[in-house]
Amino acid sequence: MENILSISNLTKTYQSAGHTLTVLDKVSFNVLEGSTISIVGPSGSGKTTLLGLCAGLDRSSSGIVELNGIRLDDLTEDQRAQVRNQYVGFIFQNFQLLPTLTALENVMVPLELRGEKNIRKNAIELLDKVGLADRINHYPTQLSGGEQQRVSLARAFSNKPKILFADEPTGNLDAETSDKVEKLIFDLNTEAGTTLVMVTHNLDIAAKTQRIIKLKGGVLVSDELNNIEMVDELKYGKE
Amino acid sequence: MEKNNQFSSPGSLNFRWLLLMAWRDSRRNRSRLFLFISSIILGIAALVAIYSFGDNLNRDIDDQAKTLLGADLVIETNKALMPGVESWMDSIGDDRSQERSFASMVYFTKSQGTRLVQVRALKGNFPYYGDIETQPVSASKTFRENKDALVDKTLMIQFDASVGDSIKLGNLSFKIAGVLNKAPGQTGFSAAVAPIIYIPLNYLEQTGLSQKGSRISYNFYFKFKDPKKVKSFAKEIEPRLDKSELNFETVESRKENTGRSFKDLTQFLSLVGFIALLLGCIGVASAIHIYIREKIGTIAILRCLGASSKQAFIIYLIQIVGIGFIGSVVGAIAGTLIQQVLPAVLKDFLPIEISAVISWTAILQGIGLGIIISVLFALLPLVSVRNISPLNTLRISLEETHLFKDPVKWLVYFLIVLFIFCFSFMQLGEWKQTIFFTLSVVFSFLILAGMAALLMFLARKFFPSSWNYLWRQGFANLFRPNNQTLILITSIGLGTAFICTLFFVQDILIGRVNLSASGNQPNMVLFDIQTNQQKQVADLTKKMGFPIMQEVPVVTMRLEEINGKTAIQAKKDSSSEISSRIYDREFRITYRDSLTSTEKITEGKWIGHATENKLVPISMDEGYATRNHLKIGDKMLFNVQGVPVETEIGSFRKVDWNRIQTNFLVIFPEGILEDAPQFHVLITKVGSAAQSASYQKAIVKTFPNISMIDLGLVLSVLDEILDKIGFVIRFMAGFSIITGIIVLIASVLISKYQRIQESVLLRTLGASRKQILIITAMEYFFLGALASFSGILLALASSWALAHFSFETTFSPKPLPVLALFFIISTLTVLIGMFNSRSILAKPPLEILRNDA
Repeated sequence: MENILSISNLTKTYQSAGHTLTVLDKVSFNVLEGSTISIVGPSGSGKTTLLGLCAGLDRSSSGIVELNGIRLDDLTEDQRAQVRNQYVGFIFQNFQLLPTLTALENVMVPLELRGEKNIRKNAIELLDKVGLADRINHYPTQLSGGEQQRVSLARAFSNKPKILFADEPTGNLDAETSDKVEKLIFDLNTEAGTTLVMVTHNLDIAAKTQRIIKLKGGVLVSDELNNIEMVDELKYGKE
Repeated sequence: MEKNNQFSSPGSLNFRWLLLMAWRDSRRNRSRLFLFISSIILGIAALVAIYSFGDNLNRDIDDQAKTLLGADLVIETNKALMPGVESWMDSIGDDRSQERSFASMVYFTKSQGTRLVQVRALKGNFPYYGDIETQPVSASKTFRENKDALVDKTLMIQFDASVGDSIKLGNLSFKIAGVLNKAPGQTGFSAAVAPIIYIPLNYLEQTGLSQKGSRISYNFYFKFKDPKKVKSFAKEIEPRLDKSELNFETVESRKENTGRSFKDLTQFLSLVGFIALLLGCIGVASAIHIYIREKIGTIAILRCLGASSKQAFIIYLIQIVGIGFIGSVVGAIAGTLIQQVLPAVLKDFLPIEISAVISWTAILQGIGLGIIISVLFALLPLVSVRNISPLNTLRISLEETHLFKDPVKWLVYFLIVLFIFCFSFMQLGEWKQTIFFTLSVVFSFLILAGMAALLMFLARKFFPSSWNYLWRQGFANLFRPNNQTLILITSIGLGTAFICTLFFVQDILIGRVNLSASGNQPNMVLFDIQTNQQKQVADLTKKMGFPIMQEVPVVTMRLEEINGKTAIQAKKDSSSEISSRIYDREFRITYRDSLTSTEKITEGKWIGHATENKLVPISMDEGYATRNHLKIGDKMLFNVQGVPVETEIGSFRKVDWNRIQTNFLVIFPEGILEDAPQFHVLITKVGSAAQSASYQKAIVKTFPNISMIDLGLVLSVLDEILDKIGFVIRFMAGFSIITGIIVLIASVLISKYQRIQESVLLRTLGASRKQILIITAMEYFFLGALASFSGILLALASSWALAHFSFETTFSPKPLPVLALFFIISTLTVLIGMFNSRSILAKPPLEILRNDA
């Protein structure tokens, strides 16, 4: 199996009130294609910053990010946008749906951006998969939090991404809804064979990924495989 | 690295999708977008109205030029015809009329009133096009056959005269055959300044008013069976006319002249309308700024999903173009409706009937201008869309791109200034004025923006911590994130400055007029006094108890040559800076041995007595000399009613033309003109209106040839004119004022969305409606007060500069109206602010949270 994501000596600093603030300090790791990993750590440990850099949402201060064999730090913002459109799916804690678009339109946007045609059927199928077939013409404000996150999931898978980045995907949901969304994420991910990189506080969800990376104060403090079964899975693949 | 190459060029724009996204994204914002653009509607309306008016004016001038002139060709002169010319003129055209016009006193027999009027003695069938409008209509034809007169309607009202009464002009009485409503080419104002009386030319001699030395204009009107030939014919006879010192006008030349004078009016009005538009544009820029801030989240999501910065930028650009187009169309419709009113507002200035036809050119111009200007001003906040990071999906960062870091913003500023420059150049057509106008606009904006920045700095630095919470909160809102301080102070300040400057300028003008009329200033001017009447008139004046304040001889003459060049040679010499028009005028010149108190030599040497066998040293008004590129030592040959007199410019004088007394462009020394044909001017001061009337009556009765100007009457006419001009300016300024209010309403409404969270939080924490109301009122009071204060300061500075440099007078503004304006603007700001915030207060916090979350 090949690495879909390679991070090497990744550092991110900010200038604030005349001081240099190091948010990430020389973080390195690789992610195998098709694997699921979670990034955990206390608030302010640099989890979200790391996710942003991995997904090409921001530029690092130093170090290398290689996504699907493409050096992101060499690209301009617009070129990184193309990379995201081609290979990346996103799920956010606060759903991040476009408020003026219906559920269906939100799901269609990534494909429309690619200039693809006849995408409506595919988008409706995805919404059907997440159980929202009867809500396709609703606007985000007309949907509950769980429904919005399911639209967000359908959108994330609409462009058939190679890698899915999720930032606290259940952070804004109640326990029951959270469980449903969580199941959907893993089911869809398995079905599509997508790599999943998830930032979470929730160790129960983290425990369901194959690998857990722990950050503290911007430094990678542990990078462990989750359990024997998963280690086997990672080593030998699924049976 | 090979894979990297496929991302080296940005993806295609996919314009169809961009249009679709622009439409989708605007779904929940259309009414707000329209509110943003509403601030330019009035500016566009003003411009479309003025452009349509200009178009109609030009077309109507074209259509009615014949009636303006009344004939195909007019030959005019202000001196008696040379021998042979009259018989030559009898051979021109297919029908001929002639007219003598001059100023004289009229005496109304019934009311025993007198007044200076313009007498037109007419013979023939003039006008050939249009009518002399009279009541009864037949009077315009019948008066020519009898000893009848047509009397201007204002005179009829003033002297309570009716048709059938008699008037006396010179030695002869005429019966009023009809009321003159309108003479060809006459404007409302020209009738007010010098009302017209028509009499038959056959009776002019008998009035005794056409004696030698009187200032009479001779007009000869010609009609051609084939008017197309007039132009070439006029060209053919031009050398002969020049030689005979005659001027001519054709329908074509009158068309050009009238068009030119009204071009100035429409240009001025366009600039006033443009200011309203600029004011609206600040509103657009600020509204789009807030709009884009609210769209950061959406843009970040799009960027996250793979939209390029260019695509994100174009989505919002499409929205602006769309909404700018709608705003401009609404403005153009409003302008077309307003245009129906303009002819009525401006009718006193116009010599022709103006139609109110829809002008598609004006509408297209207005829509084009609206789109360009809304895009230009929206570009300022819009360019920052390019820099919105997709990272905002993970955490909202309000990191602003600094102006210095984004050269594109400088480019946009440059484009805006360039646009203002080009637009004003198109209106003014002169570099100097254009640069002055552009700089004034830019400086006004900069000064107001500077004031706003200073206020925010001072408010933060000297924050009044000891004030109670409500005051503090209202005060702190001036510099909180997303504050409206800069935009509101600039827009309200500019509006205030504009209104206030108009008030001040009007005050300066009226002040000057009053100054002239007050105190010991003279108020009665007698002219056309013949030399043999001079002593008797002076005696009569003194006998009636009025002082003789000035008595001067006036000799009329024409200029033949300058430095040996005649008018014809000057016209041919393209290298000469001296305009050939200087030869056309009739000079009225006096002679004396000393300067008066209003004159000062600025160059050369004043010589009061002529020396024999030397060129006559004359003194010339400095301004006139500069305008005509004349220098000390230039030689001028004058024709003093047939006698050539060689002169040399000996000195330049600075003359205070504002004082009521006789002033002259050229003064001769003593010892040259004493024996030339001349008339005298006497200036005196009379007391009450009754004294004035009896003095005028006594003079007119004894000396019917003498004309008198009652300055009191002139001043009241001037007052009326200023009033009407003031109304026109206020009418146009009204667009700016209302635009200012719309910008204010839009800004307040936009800020409402910003403060909802804050107000709801305060209410949740237990703040009462009253407390939130006080916080809001305080904030808007600070904003309104500071904006109007800044605007008034700006107006004081610009009015002082106008008074000092342009009107050359002192500037002492009245404090009361200024204070009133300050309170009106401040209160209006508070009221609008509170009115627009009422929806936040009227609903329970939860409802608002649900709706606006």
